[in-house]
Order: sequence, then structure tokens, then C-alpha cells
Amino acid sequence: MLLASLPFYPLVSFLVLIAFGKRLSWQLAAIIGVSSMALTVLVSAILLFELSTSQNQVLSVNLWHWFDLTNQMGTGEVNVSFYLDGLSAVMISVVSGVGFLIHLFAAIYMKADANFSRFMAYMNLFIVAMLILVLADNLVLLYLGWEGVGLCSFLLIGFWYQEKSNVLAARKAFIVTRIGDTSMAIGLLLMFNTFGELNIAAVTTLAQQANMVTGPNSVSSAEQANNIYWIALLLLGGAVGKSAQLPLQTWLPDAMAGPTPVSALIHAATMVTAGVYLIARMHGIFLLAPEVMNYVAWLGALTLLLAGVAALAQTDIKRVLAYSTMSQIGYMMLALGAGAWSAGVFHLMTHAFFKALLFLTAGAVIYALHHQQNLFKMGGLWKQLPFETSLFVVGLICLMALPGTSGFFSKEAIIAQLWSSNTAGPMLWWCAILGALLTSIYSCRLFFLAFLGTARCSENPQAEKNVLLRSALIILALLSLFGGLIPLDLTLVFSAAIQRPLVQLIEPTWLHSLAIITPFIGMLFSWFYFKNYRLSPLKGIEQHIEASEGKFVLFCRQGLGFDAFYNALLVKPYQWLAQVNQRDILDQIIMLNAWYVGLWHDSLILVQNGSLRWYLAAFGLAIILLLGVSFL
Amino acid sequence: MTTIPLFHVLILSSLLFAIGFVGVVARKNTLFMLMSLEIMLNAVGVAFIGAGSVWQQADGQVMFILILTLAAAEVAVGLALLIRMQKKYHSLDIDLLNQMKG
Repeated sequence: MLLASLPFYPLVSFLVLIAFGKRLSWQLAAIIGVSSMALTVLVSAILLFELSTSQNQVLSVNLWHWFDLTNQMGTGEVNVSFYLDGLSAVMISVVSGVGFLIHLFAAIYMKADANFSRFMAYMNLFIVAMLILVLADNLVLLYLGWEGVGLCSFLLIGFWYQEKSNVLAARKAFIVTRIGDTSMAIGLLLMFNTFGELNIAAVTTLAQQANMVTGPNSVSSAEQANNIYWIALLLLGGAVGKSAQLPLQTWLPDAMAGPTPVSALIHAATMVTAGVYLIARMHGIFLLAPEVMNYVAWLGALTLLLAGVAALAQTDIKRVLAYSTMSQIGYMMLALGAGAWSAGVFHLMTHAFFKALLFLTAGAVIYALHHQQNLFKMGGLWKQLPFETSLFVVGLICLMALPGTSGFFSKEAIIAQLWSSNTAGPMLWWCAILGALLTSIYSCRLFFLAFLGTARCSENPQAEKNVLLRSALIILALLSLFGGLIPLDLTLVFSAAIQRPLVQLIEPTWLHSLAIITPFIGMLFSWFYFKNYRLSPLKGIEQHIEASEGKFVLFCRQGLGFDAFYNALLVKPYQWLAQVNQRDILDQIIMLNAWYVGLWHDSLILVQNGSLRWYLAAFGLAIILLLGVSFL
Repeated sequence: MTTIPLFHVLILSSLLFAIGFVGVVARKNTLFMLMSLEIMLNAVGVAFIGAGSVWQQADGQVMFILILTLAAAEVAVGLALLIRMQKKYHSLDIDLLNQMKG
């Protein structure tokens, strides 16, 4: 079966690269790493074709039986089996397609790195884990992929581990996402305890049955219905950690310490959207807990605004894009919370295209500027790097959702469904509009600072003119521009989600026109507000930087104080505790054993004094004692 | 000739054994320790001879001859060791030989 073989191409490549990596030349390592991805793309394309011709739009394959889980509800089988429907088809095409282009880019971008083969191996391993995540038909296998991508994220953020800050960033990403993963694991256990199943389709059916038979006289179902609320909440916790949403978002900006292709692949296009995928995949559970869907929407909206504000104050080009990713995932969460499932998944796909394009182009710019990431040291690049500039513009107009681009189709689809949704409403609609305004303002600021104005970089930019690298960027740009035209039919997947609104809110007629013109308002605003950035004689910008270094700007640049807050609330007390309890109290209790043994050791060592006469005396006395005892 | 009662023989033997043992333990000089060992062996020999004569059996004397040969062999080895020790340490103090502490 083709479906079963899908994750094995990158897996084989990973094994070869990790085993013989040191001995392979750059060409060989690049060919192995990239061609395995090309195979994956090919197989995904065939699978998509098979899926469209299959009867019920579902392909599934059972590889082997993994283990059984048993509790009082019965026995649940956990199999290693893959399940491909419309939703996972979107995911595998994004993972393999965008993944392939990023691998191609990375093979050239990372050419000079001494550990190139290790890099390619980790990237391949990431693709394996991500494919397992999206293809899993039960939640245990999904969790395996979930942890696998977390591991690869850790390995790749800390890829340049000789720098301490990179290691710290990797550790932070790992620990913060671990909090979400723990919540998700508890959610899975609770789910198994409630339904006795972990197969996604089976759980969804069981949950719906439980919800239907809930009556005043059935106690167990009432308990189940209550459990559904908690399960949804705990799964949301997992999604929040992985997708860098509000309480656990602090790791994503720091994750930019990794190489730029990693940021593009893991921290923009695929891994961070795993949370969105999880919620979309478990929509059957979430639909039964409308309160949790409301939380999802609010979390998404708050993250969207917060990240937008933080992005306005950044000085590092990659951090701007990181915050922008966070806010776009906020849009997806908002869509899921509002019940606009296909719109959310659609935005996931288009976002993967244009954000990968933005990151890779930013990478090309950073490369051309000899690893300069500071926006205030760029400027005027449109003359020197016309190719990169035009691609960046393409990415930005998709991000701003100007009419006709892919971002426009997906974002408008989300915004259009917010107003009259049961679990969202006009408040959240306004949040989304405000977010769109912020998006266009920070995009303009980024563009003006980096590409317009006077050149402030000390060295002459040297662009990488490799054809393969450029063609990868061009394909991504085409996908970003026209990806909105891809027909995405997920009605079969989300057939359970057909809503019957209790009260149909009347939508004002100006809603859609306002949503469409919002980005233009933002552009117009920034055209005048960021005039200094746009025209910037060399002296003007310096003054402007100094003027803009106010306390509030610094506060925003630090991600609105979340880091400091967590530092004070969690890290400092923990370090204090570790300091105080350096000689672990519990350890001391266990060490009593060692002390007791040591005591005996010391006393017995006195007996072994090496003096023959002592031994003889002890010997004689012992015999007398023995004789005495035996006589008595 | 009156036979000596076995009890008396055993008292003598025990006394000799105790004297020998105390000598081995209390003496520092290795030569005297060897001599005390001989006393202990003889104490055992006395007990065998006494028992053999009381029960009119030859086994006791056989055992004594065995002990005698053993003692001779032991003394040969022991004296050789003493000579080595005297050469190496210029002393016969047994407490000098305590390097093998547990």
C-alpha cells in the first residue's frame, strides 16, 4: 500500500544520513535528503488522486497491532494504522509539498555548514514524525508523532549548540511545549477512561452517543458529558502549547534561534499548526462542549491581538515573522472556535505557503547581508536585492490578505463566519478586524524598514543566485498567490459539524466591505505614520529609533511582559527552591541507608587491624563462646 | 601401678592448652609464640595419650606421633620464616607485620 509507505521514505533517508552522515559529501547528503522528500511528494500526489476517486473519500491501512488497553469499559486496540481523509490529505500535501521546497532551499542555504548531514537528517526525521501525526488513526499514534515533532523542534532550534543562547531557546521551547503535552496526555487518559477507546472515529461516535442519551435518569452518561468538557479542555491545552497560543506562547519567538529553513518548516508552516489540526481532527468532541469552543475562539482572538502588537515593536526580522505566525495561528484558532472548521484548515494551508515563502525570503536576505537580522541595519534593499524584494512583497500581500491573494480567500472566509457563529459573535469579529489592521501595519513597517529608505547595512549584500534555491522560492510564491484557488472540500470530514444556529443574528451589510478594506486602511495609515522609515535619510532614522525606544515599545518588544511574568512566577521560585534544597531532603532520607552501611563499614574496619594476636584472641574467644553456647 | 584417672589428665591438658593459648596471644615475640604453639600441640597430645591409656587403645599414641611430625614440620617452616623476618625487620615483633589491614 502506498499510504503505508509514505512516512518511510524520509525515515530511510534519516537513517542513512544519521548513520553515514560524516562520510557523505555535501552533494550526496543533499541528494539523499531532498530526493526522499521528492518521493514523498510524488506518493502524496498519487494518494490525493486515489482519495478523490475512492468511494467514501477515506483511505486507511493497518500496519500492525501495537498493544491493547483495558479498563472497565472494555478493551481498546491501539494499532499502528494510517487514516487518510480530506483533512489529513490537506495536511500531508502541505507537509510534503512545502517540506520538499524547504528541503530544497535548505540544501543550498546550509551548504557551508559543517554538520550539514545532521541538519538534513533532523529535517527528515521531522517530516516522518509530522506525517505520523497527521495520518494516525488513533490518538496514541498521534501522540507519538506529536512528541516526535517536539523532539525535532528541540534538536533543530539548538542545531548550532555551540551558542549558549540557542541551547537556552531550545530548552525553553521543549519545556514550555511539554506543559501542553502533559495536559494532552491527561486528556487522552481521561478520554480512554470515559469511552474505553482511543481510535479517533470510534471516540467521536461514542461521544455523540453519550451526548444523545443524556437524560435526567442516567447518571453515567451525565458523568460522561461532564468528562467531555474536561477532555476538550485538556486537548485544547495540548494544542495551545504546540501552536504557541496565549498562555504558552513565549517559546515561539525564541525558537527563531534555529536556522531559517527550520523556522520556515517547523515554526511557521507545519509543526505549530499541529494544534489546529488536533482540534479540527477532534471536532466531534469539541462540538459537544460549546463552552470550550468559546474558549478556543477567545484564546485565538487574544493571541491574535497580542502577537500583532508585539510584532509592531520587534527589531529582528525573524521575530516579526514569528509573532506574525503566532497571530495567524490565532486566526485559525478563532475559526475553529467559531465552528468555521474548513475555513480554519484552509487558512492553515494558505498560511503554510506564504509564511514559508516569507521565512525563506527573509533567510535569503539575511544570508545576503552576512547574517544581519536587525531591521534597523537593513534598508534600501530593493535596489540591491530586487528578486528577494519582489518575493517578499508577494508574501506580505498574502499575509495582509489583499484581494485576490490566497490569504484573502482564507482570511475572509474566517471573518465572514464569525459574526453569526454560536460560539463567537460580533465581539470576536471586531477582534479579527483589529487583528487584520495590525497585520497590515506591521507588514508595512517591516517592508519599509527592510527594503525602502536608505541603505544602512555596512557591507554590500551578496545574493545567492542558485537556480534551485530561486525556483523553490518562485514555486512558493506562485502557491501563495494562487493557492486560494485550490478547491478544498472538507464537508465530508466535518459533516457532523453542520450547525443549526439558535438565534440567527442579522448581519449588517457593511460587514464584508469593511473586512475587505481593513488592510488598505492599515497600509494608508502606515504610509504616513512610518514616513520616516520609508524615506529615512540616514540621520532621521537614528533619531527615530532613539525616540521610539520608549518604555512601552520595549515592553512590547519583550512580548508584553509574559517572559518576565513567567520568570518571576515560576522560574525564580523554582530556582530559589533548588538553591535552598540543594541537599535534597528526600535524598537525605534515602542516604540514611548509606550512612548505616557506612557505620558498619567503619566499625568492621577497626576489627581488621592487621595484628595477628588480635585475630587469635578473637578466634579463641569466639570458640569459647561457641562451646559455651552449645553446652548451655 | 595405679592408673591416673582420665579427668586428671584432661585437667592437665586443658591447663597446658590454656597456658599455650595465652602465650600465643600475649607474647609479642614470634619465637615465643611458636613455642607457645608447641605447648598447645603437646596439650592435645597429652589428652590423646591419656585417653589411649585409659581405654587401652593404640589409637591415642598413633595420633600423638602424627601430631609430633606435624609439630616438627611446622617448626621447620616457622623457624625459616623467623629467620627471614629477622633479616628483613631486624626484630621478631609480630606487631610489625600488620600491613595487611582490612
